This record gives sequence, structure tokens and C-alpha cells, in this order.
Amino acid sequence: MINYALLMIAIGMFAGFAGAILGLGGGIILTPILTLIMGVDIKYAIGASIIAVIATSSGATIAYLRDKVLNLRVAMFLEIATTLGALSGALLTGVIDPKYLYILFGLLLLFSGYNMIRKLISHQEVLHLAHPDKLSSKFKLDSNYFDNVEGKTINYQVEHIPGGLAVMYGAGIASGLLGIGSGAFKVMAMDTVMKMPLKPSTSTSNLMMGVTAAASATVYFFNGSIKPMIAVPLALGILVGARGGSRIMRDMSARTIRMIFVPILFYIGIEMFLKGIR
Amino acid sequence: MDKNTKEQMNEEMADVQLIIGKILRLGVMISATVMLVGLILLIVKGNGGYPNNAFPTDFTDIWAGIATLKPYAIMMLGIFLLILTPVLRVVVSIYSFYREGDNLYVVITTIVLVILAISFIFGILR
Repeated sequence: MINYALLMIAIGMFAGFAGAILGLGGGIILTPILTLIMGVDIKYAIGASIIAVIATSSGATIAYLRDKVLNLRVAMFLEIATTLGALSGALLTGVIDPKYLYILFGLLLLFSGYNMIRKLISHQEVLHLAHPDKLSSKFKLDSNYFDNVEGKTINYQVEHIPGGLAVMYGAGIASGLLGIGSGAFKVMAMDTVMKMPLKPSTSTSNLMMGVTAAASATVYFFNGSIKPMIAVPLALGILVGARGGSRIMRDMSARTIRMIFVPILFYIGIEMFLKGIR
Repeated sequence: MDKNTKEQMNEEMADVQLIIGKILRLGVMISATVMLVGLILLIVKGNGGYPNNAFPTDFTDIWAGIATLKPYAIMMLGIFLLILTPVLRVVVSIYSFYREGDNLYVVITTIVLVILAISFIFGILR
């Protein structure tokens, strides 16, 4: 039993570390590890993944709030769209065939991955100034953060607020209805659509995904999908790993983070697309 | 917006973030401690305290289990406390925005909390 617990803690540390840096919940990494390698039933794997998202989010957010890299106003503003999306997703269960959503969301992620590659090739990282935006000033979404790698404070503006809200609503539906991919869509909404720099995007995604996941976590908790023997050691490992990841992230360049992000985005995108056409 | 009010707003935001960060850390530490105590107890006792490796999923059973120090009951409480940490974050955000006098964001964050509450109720009813 102690070996099993230690193994779960180790898996959690890895997932929390990666999730904190990339702004992803880690469900996409955890579900295959738990089902294929650890032989966990898919029902319990999904339950554990929801807890994993919350643990990653809460573990990483402590550091990101202290370092002031995340954008709290953007998070709360967009959270309206994600929580509404999550609620609609839960209500739509059984009404919409998830097949079409998998195809749609899969293609969206692939498109976002393509955009990120274009950014990598053109070497346009942080300093793209978005156009002054009426909605953005009205809701006080423009902000700044101190970039350790660049060694200076970076001021940024955001744009395309309605587009960002729409993708966030989709991200909410995806997590409420399909239970996956919510972190990837949040980063995409902020980085690709709203032109927010990557580091505030991934750290803000970290804060948000915990709130979105909490909305659906109670369902899993009360229907018995969350097994303590799996979820507890996993969550403890994740809290430690996410703390480490959020510290390392400060000293990584946005370009490096993007390079790790792109293949994962393609992986998730292809995975979702295949699920849809199967 | 002139430069002074902009800087003032950023400082305000920094205070809000520090308060939320501290309270969130406390919440995470409490839930992690409860989970860890449950896990250590499980390893020491060698079983979860329930026949057939079952575990409690409603509050009545969880409280009853905690009273008799059943490892799985303590672990489930720890998990539930962890689920509450993001909610705590939203509640503290409302208070912090209120204290900073940012009414627009008091309203926005309250809307988020209301939607969250509806989801919770929906989750329990389903």
C-alpha cells in the first residue's frame, strides 16, 4: 500500500509540475497514465483528474499571486463565461452528440497550435502591443508583470474581448460536457485571441481552471467517482509539484514555454478530433 | 487614464493579490494536512476502515467515520476541503475588491460566485 501511495505521489508531482508551467489541468496527461499504466477504471480516473485540476490550480496560484504574474481582473471577467459554459455543458448532456464537439474543439486546438508555431517562427513573443481597446479599458483588463528573464516590467494591453469570451464559454462547455481540455482552451483564448503575453496567460489559466473544475467536482464527489486511495496521494504530489513548477516558470522564457506547449496542443487536438470521427 | 491613477490601480491590485494568496495558502495547507493525516493513518492501519474497500460519499457517513478515525473518511474530508479552495478564492476576491472600492469587480466576481453556487446545487441534485 505504501508503494502504491508513493507511486501516486510521484505521478502527481510530475503532473503538477508540468500543469503549473503550461496552465493545463493535467487531466489529458493523467487519464492515460492512470488507465493504461496503473489499471485504474476510467470512472475513477476522471474523478481523480478533476481533483488533479483543482490541486494544480490551487498549488500554482499561491505562487502566481505572490509574484503578481497573473491577471486577476481578466480571470474574474472571463470566469463568468467559463462557469456559464460549464453549467450549459452539464445541462446539455444527452442533448448534443459529444462527437461534433470533439471534432470542433479538436480543430480549434490544431488551429491554435498553428498560430503558436507562426509566433515562434516570426520571433514575436511578448512585445506585440495590442490595439487600444474600449472594452479592455472599461473593464480595466490591461496590466503588467515583471519578467525575470527579460529583467523588466512588461506592460500589456488585451484586445478582442468578445472573441475571448466566446472561446472561454466554449472552454466551459468542453469541461462541463467532455470533462477535458479546459486549460488548453483558456490559454488559447488569452494568448491567441486576446493577445495577452504567454506567462500571464498560463498563470491566469491556472487560477481559472480550479474555479471551473470546482463547479463540476461536487457531482463527481457525491456520485462516488473520487476514490480516496487514488485521489489523495495524487493531490498531495500535485501540490508539491505545482509549487515547484510555478517557481521554475518565473525563470523560463516565454519562447521556451511555447515550445513545450505546441506539441502538447497538437497532441490534445488530434486526440479530440480522432475521438469525434471514430 | 493618467499615469498616477494607473499606478495607483496597479498597487491596489497587488494588495488584493497578496491577501487572496495568503488566504488561499492557508486553505490549501489545511486540506493538505487533513489528506496527509488520513493517508498516514491508512498506511499505519493497513485498511480504509470500511468493508470491501468501500468509502463514504455523503456528509453523514463522512462525519460518522471521522468520529471513529476511519482513514478513508478523513481522506474524503481532505478532498472536499480541496474542492472548496477555488470557491474560497472567489469569496475572498469579492471582499478584496470591495475593500479596494472597485464596485465593478465586486459585481463581476459576485456573478461568478452565484453561477458557481447554482452549479453546486445542480451537482448535488443530479
